[in-house]
Amino acid sequence: MQRIDLFPTHDYKGYKLRAGKPFPFGASVVGNAVNFSIYSRYATACTLVLFKNHAEKPFVEIPFFKEFKLGNVYSMMVFGLDYEEIEYGYRMDGPYDFQQGYRFNKEKVLLDPYAKLISGRDVWGVPPDWNSIFQYRGRILADDFDWEDDVPLETPIQDSIIYEMHVRNFTEDESSGVKHRGTFAGIVEKLPYLKDLGVTCIELMPIHEFDEFENSRLSPDGKGVLYNVWGYSNVGFFAPKAAYASTGRFGMQVDELKNLVKIYHENNIEVMLDVVFNHTAEGNENGPYISYRGIDNKTYYMLTPDGYYYNFSGCGNTLNCNNPNVRDMIIDSLRYWVTDYHIDGFRFDLAAILGRDQNGAPLSNPPLLESLAHDPILGKTKLIAEAWDAGGLYQVGSFPSWGRWAEWNGKYRDAIRRFLKSDENVLSEVKERLCGSPDLYAAHNRGIKASINFITAHDGFTMMDLVSYNGKHNEANGENNTDGENDNNSWNCDWEGECDNKEINFLRHKQIKNAMALLLVSQGVPMILSGDEMGNTQYGNNNAYCQDNKISWLDWNNLKKNEDIHHFVKQMIKFRRIHPVLRFEYHFGYCDYKNTGYPDISWHGVEAWNPATEFHNLTAAFMLNGQYAVGGNDNFIYVAMNMHWETHAFELPVLFENMSWYVFANTDVKAPNDIAEIGKEIEVKDKEIIVGPRSIMILVSK
Amino acid sequence: MQNIKVHQVGKILDASTSAEEQAAILAILDQNENVALDLSHCTYVSSAGLRVMLYSFKVAKSKKLVLYLVRVSDDVKDVMKMTGFDKFFTYFNTVDECLKS
Repeated sequence: MQRIDLFPTHDYKGYKLRAGKPFPFGASVVGNAVNFSIYSRYATACTLVLFKNHAEKPFVEIPFFKEFKLGNVYSMMVFGLDYEEIEYGYRMDGPYDFQQGYRFNKEKVLLDPYAKLISGRDVWGVPPDWNSIFQYRGRILADDFDWEDDVPLETPIQDSIIYEMHVRNFTEDESSGVKHRGTFAGIVEKLPYLKDLGVTCIELMPIHEFDEFENSRLSPDGKGVLYNVWGYSNVGFFAPKAAYASTGRFGMQVDELKNLVKIYHENNIEVMLDVVFNHTAEGNENGPYISYRGIDNKTYYMLTPDGYYYNFSGCGNTLNCNNPNVRDMIIDSLRYWVTDYHIDGFRFDLAAILGRDQNGAPLSNPPLLESLAHDPILGKTKLIAEAWDAGGLYQVGSFPSWGRWAEWNGKYRDAIRRFLKSDENVLSEVKERLCGSPDLYAAHNRGIKASINFITAHDGFTMMDLVSYNGKHNEANGENNTDGENDNNSWNCDWEGECDNKEINFLRHKQIKNAMALLLVSQGVPMILSGDEMGNTQYGNNNAYCQDNKISWLDWNNLKKNEDIHHFVKQMIKFRRIHPVLRFEYHFGYCDYKNTGYPDISWHGVEAWNPATEFHNLTAAFMLNGQYAVGGNDNFIYVAMNMHWETHAFELPVLFENMSWYVFANTDVKAPNDIAEIGKEIEVKDKEIIVGPRSIMILVSK
Repeated sequence: MQNIKVHQVGKILDASTSAEEQAAILAILDQNENVALDLSHCTYVSSAGLRVMLYSFKVAKSKKLVLYLVRVSDDVKDVMKMTGFDKFFTYFNTVDECLKS
């Protein structure tokens, strides 16, 4: 049976046309036609502009006829286009009135907000032609990847171990040894490494199309260029970054990314995306026309009464997330990444903005967040909020959740960092953090699974720098070291920067192991910053967003240099994965509510069963009862933490008669005896253990 | 292999040639013959070209026929690998090897 509605009704300069279908927005291939559809509330006319690939000038501009407009949507089918060979954009006509928020300019060729494939920045770092009238060019996608049986993995979030990484920085350095450096294909080549490490999920820093040349400039030493490396600045919400694909120069970035997801899924590793729906790359009133500004400025952006841009993102503009149409676009985008790319979850950058109304005021029941929490397609998708914004809204522990949203737990990061550097006033908070932050997440039935625990992330020091620098060293960013966080809670172990002193280096490695041990025995979802498992340094730069060089690129030589750290982290991950008692979904009862003989969790000190705060509040221990874990028969686990600068003996709680304690990890001991192989833990004969200065010991019952 | 016909693909397999190449391959499959797709002269396969190959493969499979690839250049193979198209096919270095298989 053939469709009867695929015959042209109009002719324009030899191009055959007919009225299009308003849905879906964007450009879709329908039979032998391409259906173009775009929304603008305030435009008065729209023209489709078609280019041959990379051509300077369009080969035709086709106005939308009056009968091609329905409501506020322009849609048209164009027949007989060789769609792999063309790029498309739009011109929008309408009022220009700054104060009223209208910015129409029909001289500008605009990118489709729904473009699924964008060219113009196809190969990383190749300078664009700034005179081109069309910088970021929509292309038409053959949307037909063969997924076979693949679906998102739906790994329970409490069982997840997240690895936060940057596509380019991960393998761009020569030491990565991969063929396709800095790309999706390079990540595929590194699959065996990540599988061996044991993480369950990779979280990719922004992969939506962005422009690495946005605000690019000469580096302060004049020897290089500073780029927008991190990409927290969207050009398009539906297209992957072409230059992150080795095949981007052929326009095959979509297939390359989908292949990555498919192969990682085959190996039981999820793929999560860091998404930036709080602002766009168009900047403030002095920024360029890329898309949204020219298509419907008043719809897409939060504007002041005088027509300026609100700047809750710190990046010049703020996406108007709770405008109903923008809300729809965000939901369409997320659904698209889940249905077409099988993405397992999203981390929302500066997500507090998503809960502001159109004037910027925080909403008590933000419709966008509620819609996402209840969306049928996103029903099993992990939703993680960075629960603050640059406008001063801080919602860690109070982000509207409907039982669905998890949060980057910034308070976990701060408390654990302070404890690690022997801050005497933080132990009571640390106890909350290690238990999945019940003070933040026990209410509204959010549970432990709402807490994404991390000590380091892309913002701020790497783990090695956290123990090597007291202050940030961002001179290379060219802002006189004024950028980046000042409040790092870091401690350099008595020497600023890299050094040859063996004792200092031993202490730094020990501190990293302490941090990783705490992260991986904490209740909640651990997130590891890529490279921390091998002691990667950024030389004290805590805001390396613009460094496309050795500062940012992961140096794989660290694997050998810091072999002990890598081995320790790998064993800790294994330990977490085999012990469900470390992965509760909901909070503890702090008592023996199942009458098993021991409470689900108990706190101890240097004396068993006596969590008295001694030694400057820097010693504590806890015991987890495996009978309360999923399955009911996990081991007991005992963790002794001594952040005091002197050695202390910890009395062990007595176990059931036929059980003994075995040492799994002791960060005070030199590798390879700092951590045991699973099943080869060493029995403790005494009633107490000796925990060295600034050290952690982990024991299991057998 | 009995009942196999060699189809020589042109220098470029992209949107401009895909319809023609697709029709030629389908014509062979319509005769219930297996296909050896000889890419020895082909230096570039675009996204549309990869889809011609995979579509033909799937049509062959649905007819219980086979479609083999012969002399795929390293560059083309690399692109196929990165985009996940490589895993469906069986590869041969020469037409002879393919026919003898």
